[in-house]
Amino acid sequence: MTLASTVGPDDVVEGPVLASVSSPPDGYVPPSIEEFFYDPLFGSGIFAVNRIVLMMLLMTGALCLLFGMGFRRPQVVPRGLQNVLETGTEFVRTQIGDEVIGKEASRRFAPYLTALFFFVLAMNITSIIPGLNLPVNGLAALPLLLAVITWVIYNVQGAKSQGLGHYLRNSLFPPGIPKPIYLLVTPIEFISTFLLRPITLFIRLLANMIAGHLILGLFYSASTYLFLGYQDGRWWTALFGLGSFAGAIVFTFFEALVAALQAYIFTLLTAVYLAGSLEPEH
Amino acid sequence: MDASLILAAEDAISGNINSVGYGLAAIGPGIGIGILVGKALEGIARQPEATGVLRTNMFLGIAFVEALALIGLVAGFLFT
Repeated sequence: MTLASTVGPDDVVEGPVLASVSSPPDGYVPPSIEEFFYDPLFGSGIFAVNRIVLMMLLMTGALCLLFGMGFRRPQVVPRGLQNVLETGTEFVRTQIGDEVIGKEASRRFAPYLTALFFFVLAMNITSIIPGLNLPVNGLAALPLLLAVITWVIYNVQGAKSQGLGHYLRNSLFPPGIPKPIYLLVTPIEFISTFLLRPITLFIRLLANMIAGHLILGLFYSASTYLFLGYQDGRWWTALFGLGSFAGAIVFTFFEALVAALQAYIFTLLTAVYLAGSLEPEH
Repeated sequence: MDASLILAAEDAISGNINSVGYGLAAIGPGIGIGILVGKALEGIARQPEATGVLRTNMFLGIAFVEALALIGLVAGFLFT
């Protein structure tokens, strides 16, 4: 306060204090949200292809190739790749589909749930693949698309299996509540069922991937910066660099866990919403 | 030179208020996930045969609770 009262707005203030505010004292630049935006390599407009789109195509191709090779000639007694893939598809069908939707109805949705799980996993895992180093789901496009697809599917399914009128009545006017309370409940139910569900699906996946990538970027760029500290005669920063590098490795494994967990949660929530629209809640 | 910069320089704390906002946004979900997982583990310990159902529902609950913290993170980027 004393400084502001003695110095007028037009005076030029010099000194180390202000210099440290306007520009950081050292050259370390932490990763920011700009990490996710790349200039297009070729094409323009909505068909522009940048690094993200190339990664998307690459991972889609890899996924198709993997499943094509694994299930090209399925054996009764699975071996090798087929065995691994069957463990994965079995996990989605039993742990997610059967558990949440129920045995009979989950057969119909098993293809969508399986495709969703492995697609989301493939697009998340690029976060830790050396050379790619960026989660495709860290950009809004793909999570938004997947959330909208899920939204359309569970609404259409609800209208189909309960009838549109019943579906809307069951989701907007839950039974067993005194009549005046509907004034309060119906708007809340509308917002939560038809707006917040896809939005939270979208943001949960997107923000997890953004946060994970920023953490990894922070650790790796910090270790590079700290290791290069010897150039200014600060050799001891390398010790902290070692700690930062260890953190980076630990968080790489953590990212692998998060990638799988988010794919699981996205699929699980899709299954829960589907189960809710197949039969009304009691 | 505007006055807020001088004040910030005098207080020797500068930075983005968004990080404080995210810190606040993370408190509730942190407590929530702690309670949630603790209770689920308690249930599993009491009744190991219900592990499958409990684990699925635990992850569901975590997903809902965690969304709040993540919205806090996104809001920090959005409303700069």
